[in-house]
Amino acid sequence: MKFGVVVFPGSNCDQDSVDVLGNILGQEVVKLWHKDHDLQQCDFIILPGGFSFGDYLRSGAIARFSPIMQEVIQFANKGGYVMGICNGFQILAEAGLVPGALLHNDHRKFNCKNIFLKPQTLDSLVTNQLGLNKALKIPVAHGEGNYFADADTLKMLNDQDQILFKYCDEAGNISLESNPNGSIQNIAGVCNKQRNVFGLMPHPERAADSLLGNQDGLGIFESILKTVDA
Amino acid sequence: MKFIAEINVMPLKEILDPQGKAVTGSMKNLDLAEIQNIRIGKHITLEIDADTEEIARQKVDTACKKLLANLIMESYEFELTAV
Repeated sequence: MKFGVVVFPGSNCDQDSVDVLGNILGQEVVKLWHKDHDLQQCDFIILPGGFSFGDYLRSGAIARFSPIMQEVIQFANKGGYVMGICNGFQILAEAGLVPGALLHNDHRKFNCKNIFLKPQTLDSLVTNQLGLNKALKIPVAHGEGNYFADADTLKMLNDQDQILFKYCDEAGNISLESNPNGSIQNIAGVCNKQRNVFGLMPHPERAADSLLGNQDGLGIFESILKTVDA
Repeated sequence: MKFIAEINVMPLKEILDPQGKAVTGSMKNLDLAEIQNIRIGKHITLEIDADTEEIARQKVDTACKKLLANLIMESYEFELTAV
């Protein structure tokens, strides 16, 4: 399986994703420059974390109109797999590829810490190898991670099983106290209706290498490989 | 013709504006506690060449809808002036 990691000016987690996919999981992976128009026959596109275009205007708003996004949007609309992590999630939301928007954290501080994450569905390419009861310890690093969707959209997300992850505590309790940014219903990640585009604020690629002492994020990448290679 | 657009982008009323809330909270430090509900948005100006005011208005509206505002979280309004 061939992965493509898009690099925007200001991306800073592209190499982490490349490292996990290439060195740890042994997959073919290439970086794709945002000004290009060629997805190089990749099977799976990752929009990495960072601060594309300095977060000017709104996080992800300018990157959403980068040249390569025309191809990424076409690819997604044809059923191609796309995952956005952190800033990548913000870009996907700005592009309308996943529902909702990411607002400033309700407390207005930048979050840089480990949080706990509870998978909400196993019926997705990125969660199928996870457990519904185990809380995953994954780092977050964002100032604008407060997920918002209006009431109709929230109902749709719940009815169609599109919520991938919620913030929880170490024991797995989804509570106000375990919500790091004010996200509505503690939502940390969602997918689109067609279940081929995935967005999440936490960074599984920073929790996948045993040398870093935490591999709770690896299961997300293993889920992708398990489904696609099966 | 050249026009100048003055655009205001504001967070939707139902959305928490943490920046506005923090600034509202500081008003009591100025002995101005009667000032409430500060909300902070963006003011954007731009110049546009167009044959008519109507065309300029449509193009500014498109820029607002597609990029300058995110309608999930913000509203916008603008005024156009010929220069």
